[in-house]
Amino acid sequence: MDISKFTSKKSLLVAGLVLAILVFLATFPTYGSNSEVGIWVTILMYIILTVSWVMFSGTTGYMSLAVAAFFGIGMYTAAFLYPKSGPLLPLPAVVIMGGLVSFVFALLTGLVTLRLKGMYFAIFTFGFSVLLYHLMVYYELQIIGYRGQRLTPITNVTAFYILIIVMVLTLLAAYLIRHSRLGLAMQSIGESEDAAAHMGVNTTMVKVITFAISAFFMGAAGAALAPKWEYIDPSVAFNMFYSFMPVLMAVFGGMRELYGPVIGAAIFAYTERTLRLRFPYYYMLSFGIALILIIIYLPGGLTGLVPTLKDKLGGVIARLRKGGQSDRHANT
Amino acid sequence: MDKATIVWVIISGLLNGSIYALIAMGLSIQYGVAKVLNLSHGEFIMVAAWLTFAFFTSFGINPLASAAITAPLFLGIGFLIHRTIFTTLRKRAPTPAAFEGNSLLVAFGLLYVVQNIALLIWGGKPRAYFWLTSGVDILGVRFALNNVIALAVAVALGVAFYVFVNRSRLGKAIRAAAQDPATAGLMGININWVLPLCFGLGALLAGIAGLLLSMCYSISTFMGIGYTVIALIVVALGGLGSIPGSFIGGFILGIVGSIVVQFESALSMVAFYALLMILLVARPKGLLGKT
Repeated sequence: MDISKFTSKKSLLVAGLVLAILVFLATFPTYGSNSEVGIWVTILMYIILTVSWVMFSGTTGYMSLAVAAFFGIGMYTAAFLYPKSGPLLPLPAVVIMGGLVSFVFALLTGLVTLRLKGMYFAIFTFGFSVLLYHLMVYYELQIIGYRGQRLTPITNVTAFYILIIVMVLTLLAAYLIRHSRLGLAMQSIGESEDAAAHMGVNTTMVKVITFAISAFFMGAAGAALAPKWEYIDPSVAFNMFYSFMPVLMAVFGGMRELYGPVIGAAIFAYTERTLRLRFPYYYMLSFGIALILIIIYLPGGLTGLVPTLKDKLGGVIARLRKGGQSDRHANT
Repeated sequence: MDKATIVWVIISGLLNGSIYALIAMGLSIQYGVAKVLNLSHGEFIMVAAWLTFAFFTSFGINPLASAAITAPLFLGIGFLIHRTIFTTLRKRAPTPAAFEGNSLLVAFGLLYVVQNIALLIWGGKPRAYFWLTSGVDILGVRFALNNVIALAVAVALGVAFYVFVNRSRLGKAIRAAAQDPATAGLMGININWVLPLCFGLGALLAGIAGLLLSMCYSISTFMGIGYTVIALIVVALGGLGSIPGSFIGGFILGIVGSIVVQFESALSMVAFYALLMILLVARPKGLLGKT
């Protein structure tokens, strides 16, 4: 890696900003109220899900709708390893196990499904979440005879710190993948898979590995959240909402830069947390309308607006300088 | 299995299968021609089912006769939705693949819009009405008359739709638009009219399917997503965009479903999915998909 990158002023600024945010977050529970920490837990959860979704789908262009599946697998792993009757493993190990189980599931499904192109892949991953939901309902009602699992509860603050660590690791992984050969290989798959294969990229391996890595973080987030929620059942764990929210948040924030999905997730998670319980139907209704409007009118997302705004501003400045002579050409 | 069970499995499989076929053909024409993978397809089914319920319980309108209202209404709504939302989206999309991804997300947004409006109007509780519940004997097994009528209507409509797409002049324009919208446009086909029409036809089929479903089963505001998933499975099974593939796939899924229900009713969705998984691994483009 190029050392000079880190010495430039801009990088220093970014590093400082990241550090400041991390310090702010790490000390937050000492001055924030419990419910505010709870809001942060939701925000962190969505940031992890969104960034890990973008890690695979954003670059390769394979739209995965299996976030709910891997998130739910993590939750059920925690339900089995951290039950009400007494934890079998310490919490950090449970979170890692949640990630690993999701990783293995993703590896196996990836090997089967990543041969599928375009919409077939989206359909398959969509169905995968639905399948797990039905399998789990069957398992609970017909085999163990009761619905839902209870877990040993943890506090908001514990969940908050675990999620911060998972989030930092997710962002770090996303950053490293972006700036590695793996990331370049994924980008070339996203541009043209045939061309990538001809240039010697082992496309299947690249796709399966990143798919599994992204699933690891989704599973870890699920395993960290399940004990906080104390009770889970299939309709909580494998809710399709969790498959689509990260897509929406990523599209809203913009996927070109790493911070785009983070901003999108933070904004949406905050509004969800504050509005969803108070006005459930109207919230979901406006969620749908927002999704439609954003996709039509904001295809590059919020961060995609930055270059457009620069262009527009540049156009205005140029026009002022030339005294309005080049009105027609300023924006073309 | 004794003879009565076999007859039951076949007839109820055909009944569900014929409705699945209608739903899947609707989704298939929406995706195959208009290139919208309509995740809100099931919500149209749900709304039609509630409308039929309302017409029957409030005004005493015969469910089959209410098709005279439902069919044009859904055709019109589908046409307008495509004309306003998806046409804009298509014109703004840089590539066809980008349009497919974006339209899937917009359709998902539509799912939430329709479902929550329905929740505000009809609430979340399942309801049912009873119409022609007297039994008829088929090879010694009794079926409710409404189920048999629904089966007949669904098969007739499915065949009519297939003939329409394959034999009529408009059907030819639709097939041309499915192959290559740009070239079809050069050949004098008005794409801005044909694509919305196809989306409307898909909504119409969903509407009739919802109407038939409300005759046979109880309905609820949350019923849509299950049928969307079934339609997706059938459409992927038959080959994305292949209308005969969807027709056949619907019946296959219906029969498989009624066989599985004999052993373990909770596992029917699992069986559908397993079937799809095996098929996609063996034939990644579906049964009748072009490779």
